[in-house]
Amino acid sequence: MTTQIHPIQHTKKISKNISIQDPLWVRWLLITISIGFISLFICVPLGLVIFQAFSKGITAYFSALSQPDTLSAIKLTLLVAIVTVPLNTLFGVTAAWTITRFDFPGKSLLTTLIDLPFSVSPVISGLIFVLLFGAQGWFGEWLMAHDIKIIFAAPGIILATVFITFPFVARQLIPLMQEMGHQEEEAALSLGAGGWKTFFSVTLPNIKWALLYGVLLCNARAMGEFGAVSVVSGHIRGLTNTLPLHVEVSYNDYDVIGAFASASILAGLAIVTLILKTVLEWKQTTR
Amino acid sequence: MSQRSVMPGFRPSLGYTLLYLGLIVLIPLSTLVFESFKLNWHDYLQIISSKRILSSFQVSFLASLIAASVATVFGFITAWVLVRYSFFGKNIFHALIDLPFALPTAVAGIVLATLFQPSGLLGKFLLTTFGIQVAFKPLGIVVALIFISIPFVVRTVEPVLLEFETSMEEAGSSLGASRWQVFTKIIFPNVFPALLTGFALSFARGVGEYGSVIFIAGNIPYVSEIVPLLIVIKLEQFDIPGATAIALTMLVISFLLLFIINLLQHWARKRSGQL
Amino acid sequence: MKTKFLKLIFATALSLAVTTSIQAKEVNLLNVSYDPTRELYKEYNPVFAKYWKAKTGDDVTVNQSHGGGGKQARAVLEGLEADVVTLAIAYDVDQLYQKRKLIPENWQTLLPNNSCPYTSTIVFIVRKGNPLGIKDWNDIVKPNVSIVTPNPKTSGGARWNFLAAWGYALKHNNNDEAAAKNFVTQLYKNAAVLDTGARGSTTSFVEREIGDVLITWENEAYMVLDEFGKDKYEIVTPSLSVLTEPPVTVVEDVARKHGTTEAATEYLKYLYSKEGQEIIGKNYYRPTDPEIAAKYAKQFKPLELFKIDLFGGWNVAQNKFFADDGVFDQIYGAGK
Repeated sequence: MTTQIHPIQHTKKISKNISIQDPLWVRWLLITISIGFISLFICVPLGLVIFQAFSKGITAYFSALSQPDTLSAIKLTLLVAIVTVPLNTLFGVTAAWTITRFDFPGKSLLTTLIDLPFSVSPVISGLIFVLLFGAQGWFGEWLMAHDIKIIFAAPGIILATVFITFPFVARQLIPLMQEMGHQEEEAALSLGAGGWKTFFSVTLPNIKWALLYGVLLCNARAMGEFGAVSVVSGHIRGLTNTLPLHVEVSYNDYDVIGAFASASILAGLAIVTLILKTVLEWKQTTR
Repeated sequence: MSQRSVMPGFRPSLGYTLLYLGLIVLIPLSTLVFESFKLNWHDYLQIISSKRILSSFQVSFLASLIAASVATVFGFITAWVLVRYSFFGKNIFHALIDLPFALPTAVAGIVLATLFQPSGLLGKFLLTTFGIQVAFKPLGIVVALIFISIPFVVRTVEPVLLEFETSMEEAGSSLGASRWQVFTKIIFPNVFPALLTGFALSFARGVGEYGSVIFIAGNIPYVSEIVPLLIVIKLEQFDIPGATAIALTMLVISFLLLFIINLLQHWARKRSGQL
Repeated sequence: MKTKFLKLIFATALSLAVTTSIQAKEVNLLNVSYDPTRELYKEYNPVFAKYWKAKTGDDVTVNQSHGGGGKQARAVLEGLEADVVTLAIAYDVDQLYQKRKLIPENWQTLLPNNSCPYTSTIVFIVRKGNPLGIKDWNDIVKPNVSIVTPNPKTSGGARWNFLAAWGYALKHNNNDEAAAKNFVTQLYKNAAVLDTGARGSTTSFVEREIGDVLITWENEAYMVLDEFGKDKYEIVTPSLSVLTEPPVTVVEDVARKHGTTEAATEYLKYLYSKEGQEIIGKNYYRPTDPEIAAKYAKQFKPLELFKIDLFGGWNVAQNKFFADDGVFDQIYGAGK
């Protein structure tokens, strides 16, 4: 998989050549269709989250957020992201380096395997960790004998999240590094720079925006994952509920404000992420 | 492209990649295979070919197919608009595309069900104007999956459109081709592989989706019951081998889909002369 | 909060063996329960903590986990360290003995009343004014009645719903199984949504405004009226329904390991006390203490109740009705 989701470079100027411009009515029609489509499927749902969260006023919103269970859900979610993102970033960079800088048999199989977690159903992603670490799983007895908790505790939630967000950084970097080629790196190496020095002074500056974008997406997904985490969490209030799980719990408690207030944090986070991304792109083009 | 002698760090980086891949992805996924071994071939086939499972596969695949198609058409238009035209608020618009990536699927499900329920903002409109009920019907599954699919199509097509050389279009039109001919003969064939990839990605993601669908589907057996729900049902009955049998089948399908996507990519790159 | 959080990190992320020590003055219990008991235990836990403090001087914190009964039982089997389980049906609790011997075989005899401190039944909620004139089970199987009930495959409450309808049909058809099956088939033909849990069904009926009738727990029904307005919904109590008996038990294996056996046992026993029974009555469960039950009797409409024994107990009922290719699967398969 090589082309999807990479940072869009808006450097290319839209040609002013009149012959390849679409007629005005076509432009307006297409703009209207796409704005309509995105509004319907993205803006309206987003608006509803915000509307519901504030439907009883700002005070109700903040008091919902300052519930101890909500706070502990926020903390657990942050803990998960703090562990998950660096792990997958390190892997993403290494995997991209391996795949784009060397030729070896089975390369496309490896690429497919890296993408695999992405299309595995979240239900299955949770199940496999239960099969491994659950009390009846492969390591269940050993873990119990040593009193180590993985499933229904933070490590299980982190593992499931690492699995779900596994491909994000790697697939941002692979297409970019493929396009870059390795002439610059070869030049640095031939001038006597070491491997690490070449990476940090040649490769990294070239991929830093794509890397950042990958990290941001990975982070957003790590904080927002619901299905897989739901299977391995145990849903203990104030202990093993992440924010997305807390949204569901609150909703089932008929606490609509609480549910949507928590959801609005996640949506807000997503938007901040996306704005950051846009700023990064803009910086990149004006550099 | 053999750079083994020049570029440093092949062994450690390949080693680390394989180790991490093995620990996080392969070993956990292999539990499905081993757990399924507890069933013999006959039992496995019996589980997989039961009418309820087959009909849920039909629901999941059909809904994903329709959702991926809709998302591909509108995603293409959106990507085109974002790359080619400029209009007020384009940057915000552009940033919003990734929202479905980041929003928890449960939130998406609750919100979409609220909007499309028969008394909801959009559901009421659709019901009274067209007599269509969306939420709690198979159509609800499609709506949820379209939401999930949008970023995949847009983000796959966008870079290809950006890199596309407008000189080819200019050449075409200077040779007297109409704008429509330029589009069908020059632009579309070049974008087509990326569209296919976006479609296949959306499809693969849609088949496995659980969180958002469950809130809006209605979950009626034979009508709106999706495959992941049946896995959950098997688990609730303490039937772990049964659940893994279905899960393994889905895993194999996902793997094949991804492999086809990668072949498509390869083919597309070859065609556009990048390889 | 901070220490709790740090504890969570150290206890889990670093996989250190930190368990509640036996001598600690702070006792932590985990109660793994089904969906509609949220409000009940929210009210009961602090009252028990006060009682336990007065009795032993120890502080007890009870953590709650709620979800579908089958899912919760499975989580405990897979290692969720519940000191006590309070689930919707005895079948799910019994799996803790059947699959992993976490509880003794005779668990149901260890506490009074088959280990059920509270009971309930299955009733209907209709929209205000009861526009379709629903009075009993035979009214909701008529064509053009749209009903909301969870999926018996994933929800314990939904299994009670199914059995209540089946019992009614048996009684009114001279115990003719074929007629009962026909009756229940009609009923599920009217189902607009099969949510995965009782709470999901309530949401579908109330928030999504789906269906004419919601079949649900009696306690859940009264809670819905309190929560969403008596001016919008009313409760219809059928002539006959099932006596639902949600059992409770100490997960002995886990409690022994945690050193919480005493507190966990007392936690459940206190449910049978006058104070516990009052809270149970206030939350619209049916108390088992005759005195308290009499006090709260007027809040429920009288109806005839039958027990799970009518079907030969949970193991028989589960296999006959809800296992793969059981009656529930057959009634959906028949239409195809």
